[in-house]
Amino acid sequence: MSAPRKWLYVTGVMALCAWVLVPIYLIGLGAMGGRMAVFKWPKSLAPTEASFTALAAFLKIEGVWNAALNSLIAASLTMLFSILLGAPAGYALARFSFRGQSAFRLLVLLTRAFPLAILALPLTVIFIKVGLYDTPLGVSLIHTALALPFAALVTSSLFMGIPREYEEAAWVFGCTRWQAFRKVVLPLALPGIAAAAIFAFVISWNEVFAASVLTVRERTLTAYLLAVLSESPLHYRFAGGFILIVPSVLFIFAVRKYLFAMWGVSSK
Amino acid sequence: MAGILIDKVAKQFGNAVALQEISLTVADGEFVALLGPSGCGKTTLLRIIAGLEVQSSGKVVIGERDVSALKPSERGLAMVFQNYAVFPHMTVFENVAFGLRMKGAGQARVEAQVRKAAALLHIEEYLGRYPAKLSGGQRQRVAVARALAVEPAVLLMDEPLSNLDALLRLEMRAELRSVLREAGTTTIYVTHDQTEAMGLADRIAVMHGGHIVQIDTPTTIYSKPATRFVGGFVGSPPMNFVNTTATAGSARLGGITLASPVDGPIILGFRGEDARLTDAASGMPFKVKVAEPMGSHLLLTGHVGDDLARIVAPSSTRIGAGATLGLALDPTRIIWIDPQTGRTHPGA
Repeated sequence: MSAPRKWLYVTGVMALCAWVLVPIYLIGLGAMGGRMAVFKWPKSLAPTEASFTALAAFLKIEGVWNAALNSLIAASLTMLFSILLGAPAGYALARFSFRGQSAFRLLVLLTRAFPLAILALPLTVIFIKVGLYDTPLGVSLIHTALALPFAALVTSSLFMGIPREYEEAAWVFGCTRWQAFRKVVLPLALPGIAAAAIFAFVISWNEVFAASVLTVRERTLTAYLLAVLSESPLHYRFAGGFILIVPSVLFIFAVRKYLFAMWGVSSK
Repeated sequence: MAGILIDKVAKQFGNAVALQEISLTVADGEFVALLGPSGCGKTTLLRIIAGLEVQSSGKVVIGERDVSALKPSERGLAMVFQNYAVFPHMTVFENVAFGLRMKGAGQARVEAQVRKAAALLHIEEYLGRYPAKLSGGQRQRVAVARALAVEPAVLLMDEPLSNLDALLRLEMRAELRSVLREAGTTTIYVTHDQTEAMGLADRIAVMHGGHIVQIDTPTTIYSKPATRFVGGFVGSPPMNFVNTTATAGSARLGGITLASPVDGPIILGFRGEDARLTDAASGMPFKVKVAEPMGSHLLLTGHVGDDLARIVAPSSTRIGAGATLGLALDPTRIIWIDPQTGRTHPGA
């Protein structure tokens, strides 16, 4: 690489990293820096004091643990539903050619283009009627609708990356379709499916609008924080934000290898 | 062990006709090569036999049993794929054992069969490795061992050597021949490489445009091709074709006269190594354009009249470009082709 190009490359990488990391760092700083540091100006970029008092106090707020549990249930269900429904759809997209395949591909994505705000009121009414309102299951159904297109498309590209001949060889050597899938395709696709599952988890964990509309008492963590923190001191808000970010970041970090593989980028 | 009967099998993909009513009988233990250029339908036919593709009409019988409607797993055959399709998440041992395990063979039998197949293909030392750690040739061996381990009634091979480099291909070809001869498995082998087909097969079925144009032993296919296409496709260099006109039962080409089966416009076909070089006056006139020393022989490319011809001459011959020579032909080693149909006149 020539010198100017290298310079451009390095700057680009640094800008991208800063774009993501600086806000997270500032939130972390706000969460740990204590009450005064939040209001100090100019801000010091080095942590002046690291205390976990705000974080600890935040975790003692009434209802936080229940909300976290609700979030966990909703996200786990979302993960389960999107893979159980999305992976077969992805397999069908990858392996079978059928009329309207590309239209179907587009339609799957279009569900994401439909604004949730318009859906919110009718959904609330229906959910109240069928008894899903204010339950993690109800929230997870909406989150599944959000995560499903992603799960279907990602798993389809995953299955497309597994040569058809593997399956055909398995058939010839005595496997039924299902056995061939279980013995050959699934083991090869599993890391990618796991990554797609965790991504669905993160989508649900971070989603706030639907969760806020569809729950009152059984809030998910994001919805609960949104409601509670608007009345809290600033450094508590930072603590709450920090606690929300951490699980997602850890998840994505844990599966980064598979995310890259899934998107066709090789990671070293 | 079992023979194969393919009865009027046809296949259409939408409006495109891939195979038109193909019939073929393969005897028990026979090695038949399906040879043809890409798109001639040879792989489609193989996939229909395997059950990976469903025929539009006709039936496939393997050893007295009509398998036309059966799933691939129920047909009792094994297959070697062009890209090997060796499962990357299993060790070589598990790959070779795959078919046996699916059949529910006991551990002792699996062990014994895998060792046997591995010994046959010299892959014993890789049994514990994963395919990612193997070279192309080694993966190829694993694929063949996997197929042989189940002792299939019928073995199907789809261009198994085409992904190997030239030297390895030559080596694997010789090895395949001895291994398969030893196993005595009925084999159908798809290839576009005529030297592979010539070297391996008991019989070759030459396919073109969804038809089998000729099925015969390699030597007959080579010396008496049924059509102009077969003569041009099989053999290197391909057969030479010279347009001429016959009158009163013979055709006169320069200094030689050859008896022809019919009168009128006709094509003479002969192999480059069957022509003897003489002087220009006493033979068929041949104007040399390029002379290529190939080591074992000298390849002369030039024209007889307006038709391109390639002649194989002994490597000791001293001939340069631009020379005009005469060619003498043995009447028993030529064919006559109808220019309208492209078919060889029978008995010629």
